[in-house]
Amino acid sequence: MSGTALRKNDTGRINAPDTTKGNPRDMGITDITFYALAITLLSAGFLVTISRNPVHSVLWLILCFLSAAGLFILLGAEFIAMLLIIVYVGAVAVLFLFVVMMLDVDFAALRGEMARYFPIASIIGIVLLMQMALLFGSWQEAENASNLRQAPTPDVAEMHNTKALGMIIYDQYFLLFQVSGLILLVAMIGAIVLTLRHRKNVKRQDVVAQMQRDPAKAMELKDVKSGQGLG
Amino acid sequence: MVGLEHYLTVAAALFVIGIFGIFLNRKNIIIILMSIELMLLSVNINLIAFSSFLNDLVGQVFTMFVLTVAAAEAAIGLAILVCFFRNRGTINVEDVNVMKG
Repeated sequence: MSGTALRKNDTGRINAPDTTKGNPRDMGITDITFYALAITLLSAGFLVTISRNPVHSVLWLILCFLSAAGLFILLGAEFIAMLLIIVYVGAVAVLFLFVVMMLDVDFAALRGEMARYFPIASIIGIVLLMQMALLFGSWQEAENASNLRQAPTPDVAEMHNTKALGMIIYDQYFLLFQVSGLILLVAMIGAIVLTLRHRKNVKRQDVVAQMQRDPAKAMELKDVKSGQGLG
Repeated sequence: MVGLEHYLTVAAALFVIGIFGIFLNRKNIIIILMSIELMLLSVNINLIAFSSFLNDLVGQVFTMFVLTVAAAEAAIGLAILVCFFRNRGTINVEDVNVMKG
């Protein structure tokens, strides 16, 4: 896959000396793909926040997740990319879509106040972006970063991403994996308990009463003579 | 050539967009939940980028855990939202004042 193209520095150095760097105009296919996916991701993310109709927001969110999955494939994390598509696009985004369509809310009224909050939101966003930019200038890699690795990625030729991930999850991180399953179980039970309701006017089967029925009392045999109805 | 910095820039920009969305849509809790999902996605991009450029698989394992927690959070959040809408008939954040907080 194209994801293997970026896994070039087996030494673990982040800023490995790049021999292919030449004229900035001749970009490789991975570079073009990266920029296309990144621009799609950021513009879709921006449209999630500013679109007037929440259904459109959910659709932009789906586009966001899809382009993020493309970025993950570029980085060589195929399993996480597929997981993102299945879990986020297939489950979470559809859940959002269901809730948005199920709730009969006047979204136009909620959106009316958006212009009021626009300046403060822009200020907070710009300040945060500038802080991150300042951090970016002074960031550098630790000297022994490659020695501190917990689980070095095996070579793609001998083991692909999914298998390598499985070898780690079911070995070193098995307990955490089980606990994450427990989190999902608690979330499932919580969601059911929160949204379950019993309507009053719906007939239901009372299981205990049903089990306590005695066949001898439940049935009554009547001897009906011919020519007469049940008086 | 696309390096680690490019991915970190994208993730930082996406995180800022998420925060911007939270402050922009103060009334609409559904968009706030979506913005939180965007922020968690940017964290995932950071984790995967470091995992790929350091050749360390642990980043991808932790991405899975972040994904799990994000899915659970979305499910519980939307369930609370449906429950709240049923009781109050609105999802305006400013109407969430039962506990006088």
